[in-house]
Amino acid sequence: MHYSVFSIISQAFKGQKDWKPVWRYPEPKAEYDMLIIGGGGHGLATAYYLAKNHGYTNIAVIEKNYLGSGSVGRNTTIVRSNYQEPGNIPFYEHSLKLWEGLEQDLNYNAMMSQRGVLNLYHSDSQRDDYARRGNAMMMHGVRADLLNREQVREVVPFLDFDNARFPIHGGLMQWRGGTARHDAVAWGFARGADSRGVDILQNTEAKQIRVENGRVTGVETSRGFIKAKKVGIVAAGNTTRIAETAGLRLPIESYVLQAFVSEAIKPLIPCVVTFGAGHFYISQSDKGGLVFGASLDYYTSYAARGNLPGVEDTIEEAMAIMPSISRVKLLRHWGGIMDMSMDGSPIIDKTGIDGLYINCGWCYGGFKATPASGYCLAHLMATDESHPVATALKLNRFETGHVIDEAGTGAQPNLH
Amino acid sequence: MRIPCPFCGPRDSQEFSFLGQTGLKRPDPNAPDAQKQFHDYVHIRDNKAGLTKELWLHANGCRSWIVVERNTLTHEITGSEFASPLTKEAAQ
Ligand SMILES: Cc1cc2nc3c(=O)[nH]c(=O)nc-3n(C[C@H](O)[C@H](O)[C@H](O)COP(=O)(O)OP(=O)(O)OC[C@H]3O[C@@H](n4cnc5c(N)ncnc54)[C@H](O)[C@@H]3O)c2cc1C
Ligand SMILES: [Zn+2]
Repeated sequence: MHYSVFSIISQAFKGQKDWKPVWRYPEPKAEYDMLIIGGGGHGLATAYYLAKNHGYTNIAVIEKNYLGSGSVGRNTTIVRSNYQEPGNIPFYEHSLKLWEGLEQDLNYNAMMSQRGVLNLYHSDSQRDDYARRGNAMMMHGVRADLLNREQVREVVPFLDFDNARFPIHGGLMQWRGGTARHDAVAWGFARGADSRGVDILQNTEAKQIRVENGRVTGVETSRGFIKAKKVGIVAAGNTTRIAETAGLRLPIESYVLQAFVSEAIKPLIPCVVTFGAGHFYISQSDKGGLVFGASLDYYTSYAARGNLPGVEDTIEEAMAIMPSISRVKLLRHWGGIMDMSMDGSPIIDKTGIDGLYINCGWCYGGFKATPASGYCLAHLMATDESHPVATALKLNRFETGHVIDEAGTGAQPNLH
Repeated sequence: MRIPCPFCGPRDSQEFSFLGQTGLKRPDPNAPDAQKQFHDYVHIRDNKAGLTKELWLHANGCRSWIVVERNTLTHEITGSEFASPLTKEAAQ
């Protein structure tokens, strides 16, 4: 059913009786042209663009749990393209452009809200660094605004500008950045893919990728063997577990990142604000809850829950810029598993095994990448060529030295 | 998470800093495939789901490097020992 204001009004008069389930629950077929392992945002987007842009409809997404159970439903929903490395900016900007038209394209309300992303700076040298980042963005045609203290005050007057240790000197603003409703993104892509004939197989776990004579032949799943000519691994935090069944060893470690949401309060924070003297980001959802997070817990983990030091660190950082929220109650907090790459940037590439493709290394930043990640992996799987905006996101960059290290912290994934 | 330091006893994990998996050996730079070996040494990790052995530094404690046996699926810690036999000897 096409969603529109008319369908909503007409259903209001029909007792809301005609709404249909948004996707099917099909039985797996014995064989598909392509299989996508992982029904998170990226896997569903890959299937959607394979169907929409490349005409592949005999394909399936296999998801071991329910749709949106992974990080796509656990993130802090920040969308932006304020990167500084040449390999990253065109990719993330492509993604932001897709976001800008996504709801019309999917005919689904993803609540994309371009409310601005403001990175605060707290010292002169940090201002210079942010100016450099803004310049790098502008050289790629992406607008950035370096705001001084008074301009920041106009946007977010409630911050602790005169904090003794971390006074706020200004900020780098990307007005086109913002937030989106994370689950709706998964559901929208799922609906779009399903309506084009893609089978979405929930509660179907990929157990073993079958490779014969250097060529992928299919995937052993919890519901039997499924034959496929091409397979894409899009399993985010669990990437290495499934990749190792095909003999792949990857520059990835999995860590847990926590997120937090407070009780709902009246509208307070108009944009996304990040703290520059640590690693903390906060925004306010449309329901009124403050949504925030900080760094990951510093040890490898597959348990999608964190520990208390991470909680304490996050709250301390919140207090450093926004003491005004010290008595707001925390409603919930949770964790998600992150596929941290050795340089902090993602990988969308072939694997050396014919017909096997990989999409991983999303670190903290994969939600914003969702549309472009699916777009570029679909392009790669359909044409065997990297999409022009993803040519730097190669697996062999660690061998050739072309790493894309935004943070400059080296091969220590928990520091990116 | 509480980590049992062989010298200090059980301590809050916040006192430690995490390095990662044990058993990585610096390759011989003169080996014919040194470039590949160094790539693996610097970038490739097991990223095991389940029991792992990993290096932690008791940075805000006795400052020893210790090997912790931990389950990455549950965060359960089942053992620890000094990373260096010399430290082990000195602590006895
Ligand atoms: C707390 C937190 C906050 C974050 N905040 C942001 C943010 O503000 N902005 C941003 O851009 N990014 C953010 N991220 C990162 C972002 O959420 C992830 O990078 C992104 O969601 C990963 O891609 P995905 O949606 O495909 O992953 P997932 O949703 O994790 O999808 C992977 C799927 O694969 C499935 N799977 C795994 N193994 C198998 C198997 N063997 N067989 C079948 N299925 C399998 C999993 O069940 C899962 O559903 C955050 C992440 C976390 C955890
Ligand atoms: Zn100690």
